[in-house]
Amino acid sequence: MKDKLEKEKEAAQPRALPPKQTVTLTINGTERQLELEPWVSLLDMLREQLHLTGTKVGCNHGQCGACTILLDGKRINSCLTLAVMHDGAEITTIEGLAKDGELHPVQQGFIVHDAFQCGYCTPGQICSVVGLVSEGKARTLDDIRDLMSGNICRCGAYNNIVKVVQEELERSKAQ
Amino acid sequence: MSTNQIGKPTNRVDGRAKVTGEAKYAAEFHVPDLAHGVVVNSAIAKGKIKKIDTSKAMAVEGVFKVITHENRKDYACYDKDFKDMDAPPGSPFRPLYNGNILFNMQPVALVVAETLELARYAATLVEVAYEEEAHETDFEANRGEAYVPEKYNSTTPPKPWGNPEEALAKADVKVEVEYAHPTEHHNPMEMHATVAVWEENGKLTVYDKIQGVENTLQYITSSFGLPKEKVHVLSPFVGGAFGSGLRPQYQSFLAVLAALELKRPVRVMLTRPQMFSFGHRPRTTQRFALGASKDGKLEALIQDVFAETSTFEDYSEDVVIWPGLLYKCDNMKFSHKLVALDEYTPLDMRAPGGTTGIFALESAVDELAYKLGMDPLVFRLKNYTDKDQNNDLPFSSKELRACYIQGAEKFGWEQRSKEPRSMRNGHQLVGWGVAHGAWEAQQAKASAKAVLTTDGKLTISSATADIGTGTYTVMTQIAAETLGLPLEDVTFKLGDTSLPFAPLEGGSKTVSTVGSAVKKVCEKIGEKLLRLAQQQANSPLKDAELKDVTFTDGRLHLKSDTAKAVSFKEIMQLGQREQLEEEVSSKPSEEQKKFARFAHSVAFVEVKVDEDLGAIQVSRIVTAIAGGRIINPKTAKSQIMGAAVWGIGVALEEESVMDNNYGRFMNHDLEKYHVPVNADVHDIDVIFVEEQDTIVNALGAKGLGEIGIVSIAPAIVNAVFHATGKRIRHLPIKLDKLL
Ligand code: FES
Ligand code: FES
Repeated sequence: MKDKLEKEKEAAQPRALPPKQTVTLTINGTERQLELEPWVSLLDMLREQLHLTGTKVGCNHGQCGACTILLDGKRINSCLTLAVMHDGAEITTIEGLAKDGELHPVQQGFIVHDAFQCGYCTPGQICSVVGLVSEGKARTLDDIRDLMSGNICRCGAYNNIVKVVQEELERSKAQ
Repeated sequence: MSTNQIGKPTNRVDGRAKVTGEAKYAAEFHVPDLAHGVVVNSAIAKGKIKKIDTSKAMAVEGVFKVITHENRKDYACYDKDFKDMDAPPGSPFRPLYNGNILFNMQPVALVVAETLELARYAATLVEVAYEEEAHETDFEANRGEAYVPEKYNSTTPPKPWGNPEEALAKADVKVEVEYAHPTEHHNPMEMHATVAVWEENGKLTVYDKIQGVENTLQYITSSFGLPKEKVHVLSPFVGGAFGSGLRPQYQSFLAVLAALELKRPVRVMLTRPQMFSFGHRPRTTQRFALGASKDGKLEALIQDVFAETSTFEDYSEDVVIWPGLLYKCDNMKFSHKLVALDEYTPLDMRAPGGTTGIFALESAVDELAYKLGMDPLVFRLKNYTDKDQNNDLPFSSKELRACYIQGAEKFGWEQRSKEPRSMRNGHQLVGWGVAHGAWEAQQAKASAKAVLTTDGKLTISSATADIGTGTYTVMTQIAAETLGLPLEDVTFKLGDTSLPFAPLEGGSKTVSTVGSAVKKVCEKIGEKLLRLAQQQANSPLKDAELKDVTFTDGRLHLKSDTAKAVSFKEIMQLGQREQLEEEVSSKPSEEQKKFARFAHSVAFVEVKVDEDLGAIQVSRIVTAIAGGRIINPKTAKSQIMGAAVWGIGVALEEESVMDNNYGRFMNHDLEKYHVPVNADVHDIDVIFVEEQDTIVNALGAKGLGEIGIVSIAPAIVNAVFHATGKRIRHLPIKLDKLL
């Protein structure tokens, strides 16, 4: 245990910042090598360093889902993890869902069903729907509502979002 | 056919931008050398800063500056310079003005650094010593100090009519009760953010989260004494606001301050806890006294409201105008007093005053109906009013009866069993409730510009906003319809101070206000096209008046003979014009003053309450809306559904809890401040009833942003009573209140 004086002395000096690390990530199909400070979250790396601002920030604390992305195919809150922990990972963000200018069916579904208003939660919702469908856990309407509850939509587009999920589940079953 | 765009359930024109991540919100404008600002907030609610030590923060490599009240550059000092377009009476808060602390979490420093992480870290190193003074944040404890403001920010409470006390004393059946609801925070998903870009030539470009760029422009230029030509404010996309973006918030001021000082671009984005450090829906306590005759005629109504405000501004909202608009009664009386607390000034939040006033009114009326042994819907029909008794004016239109009929039918209200606790579903108690409401249908002054080019493309612009309400889409529809163009050929631009003036997007008046200007400017272009066509020697439209022609598929033709037509392209080519341009202003008609102009709604709600656990599920909502002409049924329905979701939040979840020891909202994040999530929402059915209105504006449309919320919370409260027999008068109804 450090004594109080020692602690105070330490606090008076700003800590030396840890050096950058090299991280290789495949982002939306493109491999990228990045030099990152260890304290950079995956979310801030996307938004601030790569300017992939399609991924949103609504809380930075895992409480809203606006930052949802697909990490190795699984939906996660990118604000809750550090970029350096994911060397070698494959990341898909909202910017990577459309292929050759053609929207992903979930994106199209959001437009057709008007599953958003301000659009700020939307990239997170869309990634979350894609992740949810591939998890294969959602069977009933209640499942869908529960499993989509990590993505807050303050505009209240929930019922339209649910319609998109139902359609996408049907589509994935048909395939 | 490209005409008849109005009334079509068109997909949002900005949909693609929003689902691909291309839509850029305020914080997302990256420019070279962008510096990052993080705000340090006060830890006390009242007192003075004794000392502020920034040395440790400054010692961190990469920190450019820590701006405090001690080292900031000069800026304006008069109240008037800080009055934005939505400022209530009083002395507006000035960030980093001096060392006085007026409310908890007041910004006390801005740390600006090279990266976001550095700024965040350095912000934790700023040390502030305070001289604390005793604060007053306890609403109930301070109710004795309530006062009538010199000037109401809202409508002045209506003068009493009849003799309410006497009528109440004589009434056969009475209800005298008190209702309360807590403070709530808007919490749009996008946190408030501003990027201020300083340029070498002294120009400033500001990307702001705001419900009207003109307000930021006015605020920034007057508070910093900058000429309007030097500042350009942009806000193309807003990630929700619900009122939080009506006033420029402190991040906007601080970003500009830092940009001017450092002579470089600076971004400031607030954190979620900081989203609880400015405006909120003010809590109120409302006393209601209602009296009725045995046969259910409302004889007397008295409403006394206490609402919170800050110590520096007198904020008030329309809590007491609703009884006179919703019930016929010969004896009514109102009061509205303010309780000033050491906190930030409240701020309009979705249907300000309506959400809270109608919650209490509609709960009280429900209590009265039960006491009378009357169906609450029948009671409302019996006491229906055809005029606004506050101002003794007829309604420009009021299809509320149609809302009752169609809503009740869809919901199956007829099958309701009368007694509370008489319906169940296994271990769940089932309850049905009803409530109605109104919201103003205002129009304000606005301008719009139109440019038609020879390729048949039309660009319309106005400095309004789209906070998720669908402005881009409906304005495109209105323009396309007026000039008979396909949607794809019309572009609507907004959120930019270089465009013609538009007021704040608030109060559900944008379609009415900006839509009218858009329609008018397109009509002007139409007129120009006709005149130009007629300049040609043998024009088939030679003798036509404007009323004789229509615009379809990019062509102008005679109504009586569609073969007599000329395309826009031809007209412009023959007239040797590259483009046609018009700019107009529109304003409300004088005629409007003779009418009360409101949208109306009714909500039928079913709740299921777990008998043992008290958990409440809103299993079904049917809401019928009389909102005039619906421009886009798809986006309109979304708005109403979203507002219904808000109603669930108001009734069952939302509450900003003040810790009076610290004078701070203690549940300041999305984990502890609950808003409805997907699992909280079930069936919501929206009905738009036919409503013609030639008074409200040239389009006959009423705004829909707020009418959808007002009747939901009371209908839920009433349904909970019907399910459980428990009348909960303090929102939100969390399960502990039912156990
Ligand atoms: S920003 Fe990641 S969950 Fe809210
Ligand atoms: S669309 Fe606005 S928060 Fe979901």
